[in-house]
Amino acid sequence: MPVSVTNSKLIYDALKACDVKIMSALPETWLVHLIRMADEDPDMTLVRLAKEEEGIGISAGAHLAGVNSALLMQNHGFLAAINGIVSLALLYKIPLLMLISYRGHMGEKDPWQTQGGMTTEPILRALNIPIWHLTDHRDIYRRLKDAQTLAHASLHPVAVLLSRELMWEE
Amino acid sequence: MLREDALKTIYPELEERIVVTIMGAVAAELYMLGHRHNFFYLEHAMGLASSMGLGIALVMPEHKVIVLDGDGSLLMNLGTLSTMARYKPGNLVHIVFDNESLLSVGGFPTATSTGTDLAGIARASGVPSVMEANTPESLKAALTEALSGNTLTTIVSKVEAIGPKTFHMDLPLLENRFQFKRSLEAMQRQSKV
Repeated sequence: MPVSVTNSKLIYDALKACDVKIMSALPETWLVHLIRMADEDPDMTLVRLAKEEEGIGISAGAHLAGVNSALLMQNHGFLAAINGIVSLALLYKIPLLMLISYRGHMGEKDPWQTQGGMTTEPILRALNIPIWHLTDHRDIYRRLKDAQTLAHASLHPVAVLLSRELMWEE
Repeated sequence: MLREDALKTIYPELEERIVVTIMGAVAAELYMLGHRHNFFYLEHAMGLASSMGLGIALVMPEHKVIVLDGDGSLLMNLGTLSTMARYKPGNLVHIVFDNESLLSVGGFPTATSTGTDLAGIARASGVPSVMEANTPESLKAALTEALSGNTLTTIVSKVEAIGPKTFHMDLPLLENRFQFKRSLEAMQRQSKV
């Protein structure tokens, strides 16, 4: 499977450096290595979800208990979680570090991913959620740290879009 | 049974615990019994009170967490039962008040009024302890049992579709949020001493 193990590991290490202790995830091709790394890490609580919206509740609970979390989701999972983002995270000023695999964008071959790809950024902008693109492995550590810092300072969700260039080795 | 009577009966068990409630009648009735900083009322995001409770329970394993859910909310997020059952935090007690109605928005009947069995769904999802308690006394006994053990428990309580006269709570959402966070921090400090 040409999902980048090297870049997945860099992302995972960056999340560890952010002191993330609990991660929620729903399996998706680009996230398989990240989910496996979380699963194999005895110091990480991995919560495998039935639907991404649950992850908003789990991260809200973790934040109120003083623990850093991250959410791993596909962009269609982000779309499935919007009410939770609006009426829990935005309403109650809950910081979220959302790592979103950016399917359906440039280079996408699967037709079924394309609508989600084209609506992800407009919807994030409509929700006033700051966006960081991760396309270069050299940016991973700094951008994840900065995304988390802004989420905590603003008590607001932030989105880190994991690009094809970073996650998929052709 | 009236949910108000049920809440009154179990209030002493809730007083010192981390409690997360859904919106509407449950929140207003608990608030009127006596607000505490360790109570969080999720005034929207229907379905996610149990997910919040799960998040807290997983990161605060030394503290009991009680979620006060409802049939309408739970039906919006049935997957939460499978997620809770997957991780089985023994410090989480999930109480579902089933009035077979979306009472707070006008009393429309939910699917539990036509036979959907939430306790059955919880059991089939793998929740290790599922009880049904339809009197205040049996609910109190079930809750006491759940709190004294270390097994993830869902308790389904059928209640009448009657709510409070007013849903007004003199507590802005963000005040509740910051109070609750500080309260959880204080609990963690105390347990470390």
